[in-house]
Amino acid sequence: MNDMVSTILIAIGVLFNLFGCIGLIRLPDVYNRLQSATKTVTLGTWSILIGVLVRYGFIDVGVKALIAIPILFFVATVAAHALVRGSYIFGIPLGKRSVKDDYKEQKTKP
Amino acid sequence: MKRYLALFILTLLFWLLITLSLSVANILTGMVAAAITTGLFGRYFVTRVGMFLEPRRYAWLLVYIFIFLWECIKANFDVAYRVLHPAMPIKPGIVKVQLGVQSDLAKTMLANSITMTPGTIAVDVIGDVMYVHWIYVSSEDPEVYSQKVSGRFEKYIKKIFE
Repeated sequence: MNDMVSTILIAIGVLFNLFGCIGLIRLPDVYNRLQSATKTVTLGTWSILIGVLVRYGFIDVGVKALIAIPILFFVATVAAHALVRGSYIFGIPLGKRSVKDDYKEQKTKP
Repeated sequence: MKRYLALFILTLLFWLLITLSLSVANILTGMVAAAITTGLFGRYFVTRVGMFLEPRRYAWLLVYIFIFLWECIKANFDVAYRVLHPAMPIKPGIVKVQLGVQSDLAKTMLANSITMTPGTIAVDVIGDVMYVHWIYVSSEDPEVYSQKVSGRFEKYIKKIFE
């Protein structure tokens, strides 16, 4: 039973990671690509980690998988924020399909 | 001083959880590592350490985790749909959102939560304003999109981290 649940969870995780990678290729600019790279890949990896926890239970492997979840939450979000802000300040323009840019006013201010 | 002690205890607990053994050598190594971490990063830690001792906050944190996970799963299906759709229904842009929280910790957590939920990434926080990159800008009205981006989490974040 546990094996089946964990296999399903890991399969869902791999599927979401695949969607994230497809998004990385298909989406137009760096900002949209980061959207898919952070969200989809993070949830996919969480799902894999929970699958590992279900399979091994609360021994050292399972507990480490559980602890990796909050770490991944903070690392992925902070890295995405740093990359987005860095690429904006570096001067990479938003893609052609963008409709709004409120950050410009802030950036042009001294 | 209290904040250094709190960070030391947290780091040590964390070490014990990732190594999952209670031998004396392991605890000593953990204490050295925790002391080094505390010395380097203690000054960035939260200022009001008393927060950790209020059970009310933990109860709200539990509620918040479930709400957050639900939003996160929805976000993922949303992004997966946009990625797989042949015409890619995206309308990206950076919008300005007014924040309702004051403390630095609350702002950080709100920004992290926003980054993990439907099509939004926090770009920058300046004072009370947060700039958010949004994959589908569904409205031009600041009131409406503030509510959509941060309104869901703000009241919980306020109760937990402020």
